[in-house]
Amino acid sequence: MSILDKHAYIERNATLLLVSSLLVVTIGGIVEIAPLFYLQNTIEKVEGMRPYSPLELAGRNIYIREGCYVCHSQMIRPFRDEVERYGHYSLAAESMFDHPFQWGSKRTGPDLARVGDKYSNEWHVQHLNEPRDVVPESIMPSYSFLKDTPLKVSNIKADLTTNTEVGVPYNQEMLDNAEADLKAQADPNADTAALLARYPKAKVGDFDGDPNKVTEMDALVAYLQMLGTLVDYSSYNDESGYR
Amino acid sequence: MAEKHVDEISGVSTTGHEWDGIRELNNPMPRWWVYTFYATILWAIGYCVVYPSIPLLTENTKGTSGFSSRASLTAEMDAAKAAQKATLDKIAATPVGDIAKDKTLLEFAVAGGASAFKNNCAQCHGSGAAGGMGFPNLNDNDWLWGGKVEDIYTTLTHGIRYAGDADTRSSEMPAFADVLQPEQIKQVAAYVVSLTGKPSDTALVEPGKQVFAENCAACHGDNAQGNREFGAPNLADAIWLKVKGEEQIAAQVSHPKHGVMPAWGARLGDATVKQLAVYVHQLGGGEQ
Amino acid sequence: MNYTIETILIGVGVFLAVLGAAFAQDSLFQAHMGVLAISLAIGFILMLRRINFAPAGAGTAALVGGAPSESEYFDEVVRYGVIATVFWGVVGFLVGVVVALQLAFPDLNIEPYLNFGRLRPLHTSAVIFAFGGNALIATSFYVVQRTCRARLFGGSLGWFVFWGYQLFIVMAATGYVLGVTQGREYAEPEWYVDLWITIVWVAYLLTFLGTILKRKEPHIYVANWFYLSFIVTIAMLHVVNNLAIPVSFLGSKSYSLFSGVQDALTQWWYGHNAVGFFLTAGFLGMMYYFVPKQAGRPVYSYRLSIIHFWALIFMYIWAGPHHLHYTALPDWAQTLGMVFSVMLWMPSWGGMINGLMTLSGAWDKIRTDPIIRMMIIAIAFYGMSTFEGPMMSIKAVNSLSHYTEWTIGHVHSGALGWVGMITFGAVYYLVPKLWGRERLYSLRMVNWHFWLATLGIVIYAAVLWVAGIQQGLMWREYDSNGFLVYSFAESVKAMFPYYVLRAVGGALYLVGGFVMAYNVYMTIRGYQRNEAPIAGSVPVLQPAE
Ligand code: HEC
Ligand code: HEC
Ligand code: HEC
Ligand code: HEM
Ligand code: HEM
Ligand SMILES: [Ca+2]
Ligand SMILES: [Ca+2]
Ligand SMILES: [Cu+2]
Repeated sequence: MSILDKHAYIERNATLLLVSSLLVVTIGGIVEIAPLFYLQNTIEKVEGMRPYSPLELAGRNIYIREGCYVCHSQMIRPFRDEVERYGHYSLAAESMFDHPFQWGSKRTGPDLARVGDKYSNEWHVQHLNEPRDVVPESIMPSYSFLKDTPLKVSNIKADLTTNTEVGVPYNQEMLDNAEADLKAQADPNADTAALLARYPKAKVGDFDGDPNKVTEMDALVAYLQMLGTLVDYSSYNDESGYR
Repeated sequence: MAEKHVDEISGVSTTGHEWDGIRELNNPMPRWWVYTFYATILWAIGYCVVYPSIPLLTENTKGTSGFSSRASLTAEMDAAKAAQKATLDKIAATPVGDIAKDKTLLEFAVAGGASAFKNNCAQCHGSGAAGGMGFPNLNDNDWLWGGKVEDIYTTLTHGIRYAGDADTRSSEMPAFADVLQPEQIKQVAAYVVSLTGKPSDTALVEPGKQVFAENCAACHGDNAQGNREFGAPNLADAIWLKVKGEEQIAAQVSHPKHGVMPAWGARLGDATVKQLAVYVHQLGGGEQ
Repeated sequence: MNYTIETILIGVGVFLAVLGAAFAQDSLFQAHMGVLAISLAIGFILMLRRINFAPAGAGTAALVGGAPSESEYFDEVVRYGVIATVFWGVVGFLVGVVVALQLAFPDLNIEPYLNFGRLRPLHTSAVIFAFGGNALIATSFYVVQRTCRARLFGGSLGWFVFWGYQLFIVMAATGYVLGVTQGREYAEPEWYVDLWITIVWVAYLLTFLGTILKRKEPHIYVANWFYLSFIVTIAMLHVVNNLAIPVSFLGSKSYSLFSGVQDALTQWWYGHNAVGFFLTAGFLGMMYYFVPKQAGRPVYSYRLSIIHFWALIFMYIWAGPHHLHYTALPDWAQTLGMVFSVMLWMPSWGGMINGLMTLSGAWDKIRTDPIIRMMIIAIAFYGMSTFEGPMMSIKAVNSLSHYTEWTIGHVHSGALGWVGMITFGAVYYLVPKLWGRERLYSLRMVNWHFWLATLGIVIYAAVLWVAGIQQGLMWREYDSNGFLVYSFAESVKAMFPYYVLRAVGGALYLVGGFVMAYNVYMTIRGYQRNEAPIAGSVPVLQPAE
């Protein structure tokens, strides 16, 4: 009859069935994922991207731990309404140091890709403490425990080192100063010149309203306040990113 | 080959195999199914020709249409801007204080301001702009930094105590914990309360008045009516921004809290900030 | 059987977990190792009490009451699997109702452990991996033995798969609540839990493949094609998507190997195919056995089986980018994701046709057999969500639906309708057979379950379509001057009535789950409810024509 009759051959050979299915299911992934690693146009050329400062990284880990991504995207799509509401659409370059990415898939809350600098630290603290105090319509859970939980990072240098292993360009100086940078960024009295040279545009000072303690709130707000602020859009040519 | 077998109910032959009593009929694939499948495949091929689709070694195919979602956005934004261009150009050319004189400009600016307010300001000042603890009410005529549309425009453009803007409005009330005795702080707090309410201990008010004159009047004014030069609030109008009651006033005096408002000029662009200023000005408390 | 070695291994496991807790680098790892130690210790004690010092092979008491002691098939593990399916199903639905209520009434968040952000992954993992996974493992073990006429391969390896999988579930679930997560949707467990499930999964593949290899039937039945491709593909997806480097071998935190856009596509290549292979291919395997069995009819078309099987598994893999439409993923990849999703429509419907048409010649059973009815509605929802899915993959549609409740509605019409209902059908089929009962405790209760669940789904899906479309339209609504009309908060406020109604729909579905649990429990105990038969279900004697 037809070619379909040949199928009986596969049906009688379990190993063949296993291997052919495996082959069939590998193709799509290879064709779609592998080029993202070598095609030059995948990640736009931008100025300003840098690795996360130790405090921002610690904050990001809290963001992941709390599952903020289940309600918040960090990916502004190239639509007029999104650009007018949230700012310039997100570039691939902006998440190139994100292990893992946090683009999200559901907007129960607004996009956070450019929330950095949009509000004051004080507002973030009040909002995370009890969202309905500042936004009565909010359905976001409250995270008041964050300001009472001291930031415990036993070995931030190890976190940075692991990041270098997956390709984040932390240099030796950054690694050596990781612990000190973590503390200095949230200390309003610290000398932050060296820190700012290593991590330009980092927000420094007390974030949670208590300058004497470094809490998880400090870290999370430091992270939120830098989101979307790094790329210098005055030097970025939109057309170079069409692909 | 397995033995021949025909299903009695449908009269269709089966493949002859049986697994735990299950057999398979030799029905053909439904025609409509096959043709729809072909149609989707043809459509997919066509779509891939027209749009960017195939990754090659150094580039991906661009498609005959040269489509790019980002380029489409640019086109869409340009079209939207073109529709607003005449009005926006006028707004750009008009000093912020004169916008209200042109009825169409005013209407446009209020609509644009209201929209921008919802997305950028309501989170702090509330959806009705009535403010809250630490965030001023923008409907009343109590202004920290001035209620003329020009003042509001400056406040919005550069923000208040906003680190990212060199021209931001900045003045900070000093921490008096290091300057005054605790007793004096209690006194001055009682005095401030006495201006609009009942202090807990009237005996503190008199010495408090003295402390006030020596330490606070420079900013808050002799009669505590406030000073917009420094963004120092009026303390005699019973409108409180960040304190409630004597204890909190004392705390504010010892270790003042400083409100921060972001600068919007760079983030939203001048045209939008002008619209916002006009919008806030006409909310009710605007001064001429 | 004598489980001395297994018991010793578990004991060693307890010891290692305690060591892990003692030398932990971070408090989360410490707490999580504590959980592990306790779980294993419970297992250890249970095993100790079972160790039989009689010579091997002499007398094992069946663990679950009243089971027929020996059969040529290894069904004991299937019995456990069915109980686990029902248990985790109810738990998963319950957490679903809780998170649904949290969105309507945020005061129900109990920080930090029971906040929405931690409970939502608990819900998704509980329903997909605990409920769905147990259903797949149990039914695949049952089906592969019968369609191969061979006892499950590997001796007690089947037990390892079952208990190893439960341990994975416990570690994943407690991890989320504690705050141990990789932040990758549907792949949240951290590196050490990922490693463990890899081992269990390889054992699963071995048992399944081994059984097929020693089959007594010349041909491999189509259900097993689907099960096999599901098992092997999930193994591939899981390993690649979870590539990560731990910060410390005694710490919970790891950083994923890929970042940004590459990580995003890897994740959704995985995420979409968790749907395609876990929630679709696996359950199609289930359908291909239980529907013909319950209907007593042959599978409709063998040729359709072949074409739709290969087309489905080939094309599903490509569709991942439809989760990343209009993101920073390059356009070319989005195009491929979209066209493959649309081409996937017919291969998906091939399964639906084969399922539905298998009933030709037995349509009357829809009226009389609530189990068949459950299977039919499952297939109908499968058809519906695999039509909706390709439609949502079209970029223009996705630009509206993405990020909104519409996606959630789509998910649950597939999840509640297809995955849930086909599983319920299989459970009702299996329970009397596995425990040697003449029939279920109550068929009328199956009928109740059917209506509760169907009503629940219809409410859930309909409400969220409206909600999602309204939400999407509110976000992009412009006034005549060209300004955005709504603030985000206004769109949040507008969702309130929908969130309440969704919780109602979910609650109905949950109640259905409880009814099933009771029915299953009573059947296992050996009771039969004294009830009037469903009209037409008992053949009425008719004069010969
Ligand atoms: C139940 C869903 C939910 C979770 C979980 C959640 N949020 Fe939100 N979030 C919201 C909603 C809804 C809003 C909009 C209303 C408001 O401003 O509170 C919001 C608003 C915000 C905003 C203000 C954004 C803006 O531009 O106005 C920030 C910042 C934020 N969330 C941060 C977080 C962080 C950080 C976490 C995790 C620790 C988190 N959220 C977890 C629902 C959530
Ligand atoms: C992060 C919170 C925050 C956001 C967002 C914010 N504001 Fe403010 N705003 C403040 C605070 C705090 C003050 C008072 C500062 C002080 O203590 O002097 C203020 C003051 C003002 C004032 C001066 C009031 C006076 O009495 O002089 C105006 C006008 C104003 N805001 C308008 C706006 C507008 C318009 C927007 C949106 C574009 C906006 N604000 C966004 C926090 C915010
Ligand atoms: C250098 C100027 C300056 C001096 C001196 C000063 N203040 Fe202030 N005061 C301010 C400013 C500016 C604010 C607004 C707070 C802010 O946002 O930083 C303020 C706010 C306050 C408030 C809160 C008002 C409200 O609406 O909640 C109180 C109360 C107050 N001052 C009392 C005093 C008293 C009492 C003294 C003297 C012991 C004093 N201030 C001295 C500048 C000053
Ligand atoms: C009682 C029944 C259920 C209720 C009330 C329920 C409720 C919910 C809720 C409230 C969410 C979060 C939605 C959001 O973030 O906006 C959710 C997500 C989810 N649920 Fe359920 N659920 C139920 C059953 C199920 C079942 C049976 C499955 C799968 C077999 C399932 C799979 C999922 C998935 C995959 C998500 C994540 C969707 C996404 O990220 O897009 N649910 N569910
Ligand atoms: C041909 C078949 C299908 C296609 C093409 C398809 C397509 C889609 C699309 C386009 C989305 C939305 C992505 C987004 O905008 O974020 C989606 C989400 C989803 N679908 Fe389907 N779908 C199909 C079948 C199914 C079935 C049968 C199920 C369930 C049993 C299912 C479960 C899901 C889940 C869980 C999500 C949410 C993922 C997330 O964002 O977390 N899909 N699907
Ligand atoms: Ca602090
Ligand atoms: Ca994982
Ligand atoms: Cu998908």
